[in-house]
Amino acid sequence: MINKIWLILISIGIGYSFFNSNINMGDIILDSSTAAYDLIISIGPLIVLWSGIMNIASKSGLLGKFSKLLKPFLRKIMPSVKGEKALEYISSNIAANMLGLGSVATPAGLKAMKELNEENKTPGVASDGMITFLILNTSGVTIVPMTVIALRMAYHSLDPSAIIIPSIIATCFSTICGLTLDYIIRRKNAK
Amino acid sequence: MLSKYIIPLIVIIIVFYGFFKKVDIYECFLEGSVDGLKTVVSIVPVVLAMIFAVNIFVESGVLNLIGGKFKEIVPMIVLRPISGNATLAYMSKIFQRYGVDSYFGNLASVIQGATDTTIYVLALYFSSVGIKKSRYALIGGLFADMCGIIAAFIVVKCFF
Repeated sequence: MINKIWLILISIGIGYSFFNSNINMGDIILDSSTAAYDLIISIGPLIVLWSGIMNIASKSGLLGKFSKLLKPFLRKIMPSVKGEKALEYISSNIAANMLGLGSVATPAGLKAMKELNEENKTPGVASDGMITFLILNTSGVTIVPMTVIALRMAYHSLDPSAIIIPSIIATCFSTICGLTLDYIIRRKNAK
Repeated sequence: MLSKYIIPLIVIIIVFYGFFKKVDIYECFLEGSVDGLKTVVSIVPVVLAMIFAVNIFVESGVLNLIGGKFKEIVPMIVLRPISGNATLAYMSKIFQRYGVDSYFGNLASVIQGATDTTIYVLALYFSSVGIKKSRYALIGGLFADMCGIIAAFIVVKCFF
């Protein structure tokens, strides 16, 4: 997939540039290395800083506490998930995602999938619980989108964090829509 | 308005909680930063690859072929479910062209914050346990993203 995307972007861009005489594609290609360097240098330090802060949340048990709070809610929206362990991994995945702790979220998420697969009655086919979990995961609420804020800072935004509340509203809406669709499909299949 | 209090609030809660739980907060911070540094180093090649491709695509002027007021946002919406770094690269292009605090700048930021790399995540999670048939997972995930994008348009109109 990523191979195709990469090829499409490059070939369409270079192909079209041949018909567009006022641009110098050679320069653009050479410049992209410095552009990438600038981007990394400008967003890197904030990612490092935030990882430090979030590690305190993770090591002090605050993250665990947060994920415990989420558990009853998750039990409600995933009635088909019976395993206690699965639910635990799911809640720590969602909690870590909310705080933007990708390095904690992914291992927990993969463990959750493993647990869900063990109670899956149809090998090779996704269970209802898996689907609800992944819809929640991919539409999930991120409280502080730190990479976006870092990039806004790099471009000297007057108020880099101004997008936090709008983002939370939009992502809550997307989560509600995703879960509603999931619920409707599940109800329909059950009939 | 409220947005500016969120980061300080999170920081103070985390630091205090850690301190009262008798965690070595300073050491913890340093340890976490090292992990963060590793993350940054590991995304260097990916960001380079994506900036390279996105720059070629955007600077070629091919977007002028698409009409409409929101043509600048279209590639972002297409790339978003597949690669977070490609969207990041594209977002930096939008910031460059229109300004970070412009309508498009804010819209791109909120879209990035409200959606996820759905296709990538589904592929990673399902393949990790050998699931071949994902049923309605992709439709559900992309539907949620689409709703998030629509919401982003509305919210940006209201807030900025």
